[in-house]
Amino acid sequence: MVLALVLILLAVGSVIFHLFSVWQETPLASNWGMIDDTIAMTMAITGFVFVAIVFFMGYCVIRYRHKEGRRASFEPENKKLEWWLMAITTLGICALLAPGLIVYNNFVHVPDDASEFEAVGQQWLWTFRLAGKDGKMGTVDVRHMNIDNPFGINPDDPNGQDDLLIHSNHMHLLLDQPVKALLRSKDVLHNFYVPQFRVKMDLVPGLVSYLWFTPTVIGSYEILCSEYCGVGHYNMRGRVTVDTAADYQQWLATLPTFAETLTQSSSDGLTEQGKKLATSQGCLACHSVDGGKSLGPGWKSLYGKTETLVDGSTIEVDDDYLKQSIVLPKAAIVDGYPDVMVAYPLSDEQLDALLAYIKSLADDENPAIETVPPVTSPPAAATGSPAEQGKVLSQNQGCLACHSVDGSKSIGPGWKGLYGKTEQLIDGSSVVVDDNYLKQSILIPNAALVHGYPDVMAPYPLNNKQLEALVAYIKSLSTDSEKE
Amino acid sequence: MNVSAPQHHPNFDEGWDDPAIAARRKKTALQVMLAVITALFFLFTIAFLIRAQYPDYESLAAPWQPLANPWLLWVNSGILLLASLSFHWAVVSARSENINATRDGLYLAGFFTVMFLISQLWLWQQLIALGYYVNSNPANSFFYLFTGLHGLHLLAGLFLWLKTLREARGGLPLSLLQSSVALCATYWHFLFVVWLLLFSLIVGDQATFRAIAAFCGF
Amino acid sequence: MAYAEDAERETLHHPKSFWTKYVWSQDHKVIAIQYSLTAIFAGLVALVLSALMRMQIGFPGALEFIDQNAYYQFMTMHGMIMVIYLLTALFLGGFGNYLIPLMCGARDMVFPFLNMLSYWFYLLSVIILMSSFFVPGGPTGAGWTLYPPQSISAGTPGTEWGIVLMMISLAVFIVAATMGGLNYVTTVLQARTHGMSLFRLPLTVWGIFIATVLALLAFPALFVSAIMLLFDKLLGTSFFMPAMVSMGQTLDYNGGSPILFQHLFWFFGHPEVYIVALPAFGLVSDLISTHARKPIFGYKMMVWAIVAIGVLSFVVWAHHMYVSGMNPYFGFFFATTTLVIAVPTALKVYNWVLTLFRGDIHLTVPMLFALAFILTFLNGGLTGLFLGNVAVDLPLSDTYFVVAHFHMVMGVAPILVVFGSIYHWYPKITGRMLNDTIGRLHFWITFIGTYTIYFPMHYLGFLGMPRRYYAYEDYDFIPQSAHDLNSFITVVALIVGVSQLLFLFNLFYSYFKGKPAGGNPWKATSLEWLTPQTPPAHGNWGEKLPVVHRWAYDYSVPGVAEDYVPQTVPESEAPIHDKGI
Repeated sequence: MVLALVLILLAVGSVIFHLFSVWQETPLASNWGMIDDTIAMTMAITGFVFVAIVFFMGYCVIRYRHKEGRRASFEPENKKLEWWLMAITTLGICALLAPGLIVYNNFVHVPDDASEFEAVGQQWLWTFRLAGKDGKMGTVDVRHMNIDNPFGINPDDPNGQDDLLIHSNHMHLLLDQPVKALLRSKDVLHNFYVPQFRVKMDLVPGLVSYLWFTPTVIGSYEILCSEYCGVGHYNMRGRVTVDTAADYQQWLATLPTFAETLTQSSSDGLTEQGKKLATSQGCLACHSVDGGKSLGPGWKSLYGKTETLVDGSTIEVDDDYLKQSIVLPKAAIVDGYPDVMVAYPLSDEQLDALLAYIKSLADDENPAIETVPPVTSPPAAATGSPAEQGKVLSQNQGCLACHSVDGSKSIGPGWKGLYGKTEQLIDGSSVVVDDNYLKQSILIPNAALVHGYPDVMAPYPLNNKQLEALVAYIKSLSTDSEKE
Repeated sequence: MNVSAPQHHPNFDEGWDDPAIAARRKKTALQVMLAVITALFFLFTIAFLIRAQYPDYESLAAPWQPLANPWLLWVNSGILLLASLSFHWAVVSARSENINATRDGLYLAGFFTVMFLISQLWLWQQLIALGYYVNSNPANSFFYLFTGLHGLHLLAGLFLWLKTLREARGGLPLSLLQSSVALCATYWHFLFVVWLLLFSLIVGDQATFRAIAAFCGF
Repeated sequence: MAYAEDAERETLHHPKSFWTKYVWSQDHKVIAIQYSLTAIFAGLVALVLSALMRMQIGFPGALEFIDQNAYYQFMTMHGMIMVIYLLTALFLGGFGNYLIPLMCGARDMVFPFLNMLSYWFYLLSVIILMSSFFVPGGPTGAGWTLYPPQSISAGTPGTEWGIVLMMISLAVFIVAATMGGLNYVTTVLQARTHGMSLFRLPLTVWGIFIATVLALLAFPALFVSAIMLLFDKLLGTSFFMPAMVSMGQTLDYNGGSPILFQHLFWFFGHPEVYIVALPAFGLVSDLISTHARKPIFGYKMMVWAIVAIGVLSFVVWAHHMYVSGMNPYFGFFFATTTLVIAVPTALKVYNWVLTLFRGDIHLTVPMLFALAFILTFLNGGLTGLFLGNVAVDLPLSDTYFVVAHFHMVMGVAPILVVFGSIYHWYPKITGRMLNDTIGRLHFWITFIGTYTIYFPMHYLGFLGMPRRYYAYEDYDFIPQSAHDLNSFITVVALIVGVSQLLFLFNLFYSYFKGKPAGGNPWKATSLEWLTPQTPPAHGNWGEKLPVVHRWAYDYSVPGVAEDYVPQTVPESEAPIHDKGI
């Protein structure tokens, strides 16, 4: 008896919960109202079936519960009834399936006037790419991916030269313009999901998947990763802003082309190229150019010097030794320096440039690091104090996926109160977190890992200005905490 | 599900341990087991057909590859066929109540099976010596996976074989020996057919696989 | 000589020492209990893991030691243990082992030695799995689906040892399940007693039998994917691993297909759902019929529905992959097959409810669980119609809606059947009744609690909250109320979790203090209630095997004084309704 009441109450309660629940779909911001309609219809049909069957069950329990002298009727089957029930069920199923398939058919077929953009996922951030004036995106391959070419665009493909790159997780879309998102992953599975747009699709390394939608409401929406992609999965955030035509064009104008990001290194003289390479590859995190001691041998007056190696032998620093030390650092380590450099698979041209730069430091009149002109920066935070710029940067580069700013524990060390702290490294040594350490950790994360954290950070190819901004932001988080 | 109902057996109760009934159960179990192994190799085949369509697949039997002339695979197939035929001979002999011939058949079958396994291992060695490692190409990976797995099934079969051989030497009543030998023989014939399938996958070319896949709709 | 030994092995030699009787036992009943206790132990571990996960979701940061790594490791182990090592093992190895020979009228499984091996392999697989908690790096945190490249590349906990142990454990489990499965199938096909035709078998046997067939044919898919993934991990092959740049490093892999793994995994994974569901269908049919004192409605249709579901379950797998990036045209086919499978499933629900209609419903504890199962399963089945319909799946997949759906349909529903069945068969297993008061308390907390946990969770899914998130801080679209709801769900989950101690206590307490049950406390008709001893002795039937004259559902037969007619009663004493079966 109690059970019958509870059954009926659960059914009624479920309906009431549904009608008055505050947790409903987020407000729709795309053309996929049809999907919402299909959900509503499915809800109506299944809700009716649920309530009907549970009520019938409740009725049976009340009406036919055991009483003294009661006996069940012997009724093993009723073929006719069963066939009727199956027929009705089949009809109901068709009523659900047919509209569902029609909507899905729309989803599979992208309209002809859809423009394309590419979303690239990696652990744990998003970047984006748009075709340039030619309307075609260049081909990509994992083999082309390196710190200068994070998108892996084929440098020899003419279609790729004018591709517009968005080196941040903040994408803009044009209002009422159907878009086809081409989805590509550099490492593991991810999933492009904006709740307000309804549709989602996995990013699969090795292939390009797609989905399409038309943004219909101006606004800024969160992009989520919806396929488990490792410990930072829950923080793989992005943002998409739906713009008016004017705002969109303005944003478009700020984007660098692929060619621009490449040419800056080849247009200069060999020494200049080497200097830039040293910055962009993060060499300067460990090698000083002003004669100061650092994690690796300083480059000033290095060329031509005779160094003692860890095995006791001596060697003259010449072209061959330098090249070998870049490509295969562990082969011959200079005595007194830790074995922390990762191999840099540079091309021959790059090696020559870098060597030219190191050679140029052998004589004294060469400039120190400050005078290295900043590499064209991704269009992030052109205004504001360095700390504010750093804050924006940390959001759109995905830093906050792993680093908290409120002191809570996360995948990487939290930034609050980090600057100036003494941290213990995995090799047991300790280090004071200063500008140099922070910069090094961004450029070569695995060189000096703090104890207790996994080695899951990818090197981030930031330029000097960006590094300064980020460090300023991290510093500000330490001073803020004292003020509070 | 076509099963002879037990109620037709007059002495069923006493027959719980009846060797004839036990033999029938073993036969059913073997049939089920063969279904499981079929599912296993079927799924490997599907996985192979999908993976073999990717551009990096380079068949070991391509003209410039070591198995371009797969004579050794043919020889091995022949050896395995001889093992299968030996089992068939053992079955026929057991049926005609010739216990000595049965035993000889079993010995021959075991000998050819071990020969086959050794020859397969030798092939592995040759490929490894040529630098064809398991991870150098998906074709190699599948080759080692397939041959290894097939070999393991034969090794497991050799345990059955050993048991049957002991029965044949230990004077098991002929009716029981007949069923044991027949079960072994079925297993070997089955593995021979599986081997032919794997063989064709190893030496087949990508275009064929594409055609099969397209035909099956994936 | 050799023959004598082998023949000995096949016969029922009665064990003498404690060790051969209770540890290295070849008696299907002892093996069933070993399987069940091991599975329940594994389930308790998984239950604790789920409580820890819920703590992090409901009260983020409240427990210091649950960091991201731990959370994802708990999530993975919870899922895998519950699906494979608890539910599959309990239904097939536990209930299957205990009930198949008794319900078929056999003395034991046909291969007792293999049966024993099956249990020890199962135990070994559990030990291997649990040992991964103690290796460097801990257990794998790849999610129970183990999708590559994630499962073996950087950024996932447990890529050192955990994932390897997981796959080895799965392979061992599959060997165990195959050895057990050979036994169950052969026993059902070849060792039924006099007069026990296939269509006189109780639905329990049908459910477990078809589930075993599914297991035998589906587990190879998991085996194949586990082996190939192991190759990728240990030997550097590229079956599933594509060319990729992980954490700034270009890996040596090239050209593999992650989606191929997903196809193989779900070719196992979907039948797996029915490997768990079909035995539950069978068991619950018998509970309902027995406690409503009425023949199960539409027996033959119920059998054919089980068979149809079993067959169809092999052609619906890709409905787990609508948003996986596979060829989108597959969506049309799999949406259709998935919704077609709803028809035989719905028929089963109708027939359960129609069995109640005009019945004589005894609201015993097993019956309470059975009725709660119908409601829960109905709810979970209907939400399956959302997810199976590909267009509706686009927004809902990978959200909390999915979590709520599969917990309802293959978590709570089968577990309710497990409880109901244990309350129902415990008297036969031990000779004593479980305590009724504790049983009812346990029922109410479990039933109302689980519904309260999972029903609101669907709405977090409508909202768009993705699953497998360690934390949900600072997402604009998630209102504070959703966090509050999560805290509420966690509180209820903890209560339900703790209340399971009632059940454990009852199992233990009633073993010593329970009311003596007698041979047939529920006045049921099927053979297991007709054994000469309770608990049944080794060999089950004493001198003579029972002879079966009728089906297992002769309840309230007109013209018979008692409201049940056991299967062994000949026609001369009570009319037989359908001579065709």
